[in-house]
Amino acid sequence: MTNSVNMRVVVTGLGAITPIGNTLADYWDGLMSGRNGVAPITLFDASRHDCRFAAEIKGFDPHAYLDRKDAKRMDRFAQLAVAASKQALEDAQFTINDLNAEQVGVLIGTGIGGLKVLEEQQEVNLTKGPDRCSPFMIPMMIANMAAGLTAIHTGAKGPNSCSVTACAAGSNAIGDAFRWIQLGYAQAMICGGTEAAVTPLSVAGFAACRALSFRNDDPAHASRPFDKDRDGFVLGEGSGILLLEEMEHALARGAKIYAEIVGYGVTCDAFHMTGQLPGGVQAARAMQLAMKDGGLTAEQISYVNAHGTSTPVNDPNETAAIKTSLGDHAYKIAVSSTKSMTGHLLGGSGGIEGVATVLAIARDRVPPTINFVEADPECDLDYVPNESRALKVEVALSNSFGFGGHNVTLAFRKFVK
Amino acid sequence: MSETEIFDKVKKIVTDQLGVESGKVVPEANFANDLGADSLDTVELVMALEEEFDIEIPDEAAEEIATVQSAVDYISNKVAASA
Repeated sequence: MTNSVNMRVVVTGLGAITPIGNTLADYWDGLMSGRNGVAPITLFDASRHDCRFAAEIKGFDPHAYLDRKDAKRMDRFAQLAVAASKQALEDAQFTINDLNAEQVGVLIGTGIGGLKVLEEQQEVNLTKGPDRCSPFMIPMMIANMAAGLTAIHTGAKGPNSCSVTACAAGSNAIGDAFRWIQLGYAQAMICGGTEAAVTPLSVAGFAACRALSFRNDDPAHASRPFDKDRDGFVLGEGSGILLLEEMEHALARGAKIYAEIVGYGVTCDAFHMTGQLPGGVQAARAMQLAMKDGGLTAEQISYVNAHGTSTPVNDPNETAAIKTSLGDHAYKIAVSSTKSMTGHLLGGSGGIEGVATVLAIARDRVPPTINFVEADPECDLDYVPNESRALKVEVALSNSFGFGGHNVTLAFRKFVK
Repeated sequence: MSETEIFDKVKKIVTDQLGVESGKVVPEANFANDLGADSLDTVELVMALEEEFDIEIPDEAAEEIATVQSAVDYISNKVAASA
């Protein structure tokens, strides 16, 4: 990673469909008021599952964004991404037309892809036979289809791809999109993450990994990052999308600019499929690389939107990584995990957390970590417990870590021309 | 099963599968040109018809079924033959 590239990249549009709000305004209101998105699972009968709650999207109507036929041939993870992308374009007042279409790309990550259609079609395969499987199964389930369909429904003909780095996928997508604009591949990128994996097989699988909280008697308090009594993450679903634009392009069209994206750090633990390297050594290095990429010192950081999954392993490891990368300054900044409210959207998390981080900069307010009752002794930073806070946010980092040992940090700063 | 009953069932399936207004599903409507069916829609539609009427529609026959009426005719013959 070098600073040899000169293009500056800014954030001009945001879209969010989350367990705590289906529009940008509603999402922000949820973040600021500490809204809790976790409740018993309604999307399927979870009575036989060890974990019976999740952070589901409430009242999402795909037909507000798509006609009936288009909605029917998309898995939910793609519907959410297309809807959030349309929100972001509208928010940016950005029109894709014949003149600019080839300069606008899409990069949307997902951890899993279309699991719902896969599970339904496997049932058809087993009960009715292979020749009854839908011709739409493969195009609906493949993980890149959120990016493909977003292009179809917006007309973006520039570079198009999909990152599939588990829970880091959304942040990888934003970071890679940032690079593509810096390198001149595109003038604007629709980027972020999406996930809709609240399905029977997914919940069974994550429960078997012992990654989930099993607090079935009190789901509202299950996602409690950095708290002493946390016992695992809460599965969430949704999509968060950013419109990134080359700065001169944004200025020329008089776009409103939320923030500038200035740094991207990527490392790998090279350690274990689902575990994390003790001490968060490579996570710390991702944070350091993002700061170096953005020409930032630790003292400039005001806020870290933590990965903060609420698993026993992640939260102390990430705390250690923040202290390693920021030194004593770690104790002077605000760190929060919005997963306390939204649950863990896997590949979608980097998207909605990127949106939260950018808004924290634009509005000088940081979201809280809710359900914070008693700190784990190993988690001794300021996690913005329970109440959002006014804070001048000059520079903020957003962390995402994924199964496979993927560590990704994005750095955003207040925009000054 | 009368041809009218078959038509009504076909109309319902086509309306559901292709997401079109039922008023557009007239006998002379062409699946591709008038109702917007692409190659994947056609495969799915044929599967739905096979399931509804408990018949087999071989690929060669499916290729010949271009309009709502031709689907009704094909199904009427099949159903009559198996009755």
